[in-house]
Amino acid sequence: MAELMAEVVIVGAGPAGIRAAGILAAQGLRPILVDEGRQAGGQGYRRPSPGLALDMDTLMGTEAGKYKALHADFAALLNRIDYRPRTLVWGIEDRRLHCVRDGRQTTIAFDALIVATGAMDRIAPLPGWILPGVFTLGGAQAVLKDQGCLVGRRVAFLGASPLLSLAALQYRKLGAEVVAVCDTSSFRDKIAALPQLAAVPRTLARGIAYLAALKRARVPLFDGVTPLAIEGEAGVTALRFRDGRGHERRIACDAVALGYGLKPETQLAELAGARFAFDARFRLWLPVTDEDGRAGEGLYLAGDGAAIGGADAAEASGALAALAVLHDLGLRSEHDERPALRRRLARLRRFQQGLARAFRWPVAALARLSDEVAVCRCEHVTAGDIRRAMDADLGPVDVNRVKAITRCGMGRCQGRVCGPALQEIAAAHAGLPVEAVGRLRGQAPLKPVPLGILEEEEA
Amino acid sequence: MAGGDNGASAAGEGRFVQAVPREAERVRFTIDGKSAEAQAGDSLLAAILVQRPVLRRHEFDGGERAGFCLMGACQDCWVWSEAGERLRACTTPVAAGMAIVTEPPAERFAHGRAHG
Ligand SMILES: Cc1cc2nc3c(=O)[nH]c(=O)nc-3n(C[C@H](O)[C@H](O)[C@H](O)COP(=O)(O)OP(=O)(O)OC[C@H]3O[C@@H](n4cnc5c(N)ncnc54)[C@H](O)[C@@H]3O)c2cc1C
Ligand code: FES
Repeated sequence: MAELMAEVVIVGAGPAGIRAAGILAAQGLRPILVDEGRQAGGQGYRRPSPGLALDMDTLMGTEAGKYKALHADFAALLNRIDYRPRTLVWGIEDRRLHCVRDGRQTTIAFDALIVATGAMDRIAPLPGWILPGVFTLGGAQAVLKDQGCLVGRRVAFLGASPLLSLAALQYRKLGAEVVAVCDTSSFRDKIAALPQLAAVPRTLARGIAYLAALKRARVPLFDGVTPLAIEGEAGVTALRFRDGRGHERRIACDAVALGYGLKPETQLAELAGARFAFDARFRLWLPVTDEDGRAGEGLYLAGDGAAIGGADAAEASGALAALAVLHDLGLRSEHDERPALRRRLARLRRFQQGLARAFRWPVAALARLSDEVAVCRCEHVTAGDIRRAMDADLGPVDVNRVKAITRCGMGRCQGRVCGPALQEIAAAHAGLPVEAVGRLRGQAPLKPVPLGILEEEEA
Repeated sequence: MAGGDNGASAAGEGRFVQAVPREAERVRFTIDGKSAEAQAGDSLLAAILVQRPVLRRHEFDGGERAGFCLMGACQDCWVWSEAGERLRACTTPVAAGMAIVTEPPAERFAHGRAHG
């Protein structure tokens, strides 16, 4: 029974990580489930912090059942797994994770590692995006669920994402004035994506229902929008854009929620040895896995951190990754659920590819981004700084070199926010396809750790 | 309700709106020496932004910041404890007696305002 002693560690307690933990526990293993957050659930199924009188049934709407089921299953699992909240994994070496918990360094050894680190918003800078009052779209939802707070009183939603209309509805329900929902992709993009979106009719219908509800509530909806600027001095006062018919508009607001879909948190997978390939549909570098999530020896990836797929795909891929671990440990069950899960996952990811087509990352707008706009909010590097560095004698083309020279992507967020924009700006300036300017590499520590931890590590 | 072109976060008003009440203990803390109140369970970021329009001033560009990602990824919301410990405001819960400083310790030393 040596296999039963195998230490399986899961990083990320979102839907993917929780489903993986459940499958391993059902086979008698006791996986370690590590998450930086204080509460399990991840991003989409984030729980209110203690004492908050937030009615999650209303907020989650049609997804309330799944939200409750995941949290109930997690509660039932707690005494069969080793759950370690408030634990950031910041590095990895020789099958050991370097973590920091409550300010103290710990290491966790593993035989198999499931990385289920989720995603964050993909951001396209525009003039004024650094003003107080501009937040990520996912963040605007996160602070609502976690804190019961609205990011402003008169909120505009800008970008290209199906979560724009969902977030706008949630904000409206809780008393915000939604002054505009501005989608930079066009109705034509949506039509072109219909064949792929039809892969999951229920979710497609849900998206259409959100838009219809916003229309009924007379929320101003715009598509085919060209964002011009977010205005303000000490904070946001207005959003200026050209609508789909070419009319310039200026809408007063005190907050903007900004998001162009999601980008996976792949840094840990990268440090663990995953290889990457450019995915033209998402215009993202994604880790290479087999259909069950294997990315290397003893390395498995699941959820949005492997390929953007949403919560349902996260659950399915978490289950698949755990079954792959069991299979590789020689613990095979009689009833093989994998073929059905693989089919389900393929369908859900096809839908997601449709979303990437319906809600487009604004490549052309980034290529044109005016020189004075800051791309990197940590180090204040502008689009002009990037272009000038590339124009210098022997100026670089590879984004990692551009980063070293300009410091764009070197700041405290480690390129999480500016990375995708930097790649587009560099590619456009070099006149190359975006995959030809390289991929920003991640490095330890994955997030800033308290002073002293790294020195301790070296000692 | 504030509104109009000046935005709602003009003069002293908070940027965030607490849309849902919380059943929790009240806690007192300070922001840059000024006393403030919050509830147990509030994140530092929410506790500060429901009463102020901004969190801090950026070290390089001097512009005001109020956080961005609200999920622990961008590190735009750092504040410090009086003792100099760095705190990520969006993921750190407020606690009774916290003394929060919105300027990095080095700058406080530079301005001769820090005490040990
Ligand atoms: C901010 C945000 C808001 C969203 N809101 C919605 C929504 O309202 N509705 C919706 O359908 N979808 C939403 N999504 C989409 C969401 O990605 C999926 O619904 C789903 O949560 C993906 O599940 P997952 O398990 O792959 O990852 P997640 O749910 O993102 O979970 C990943 C977990 O990994 C942890 N983690 C990451 N890196 C580390 C590390 N180095 N060390 C320790 N822990 C780590 C994180 O703390 C997190 O808890 C949102 C996404 C984001 C980014
Ligand atoms: S607001 Fe981004 S880390 Fe806190």
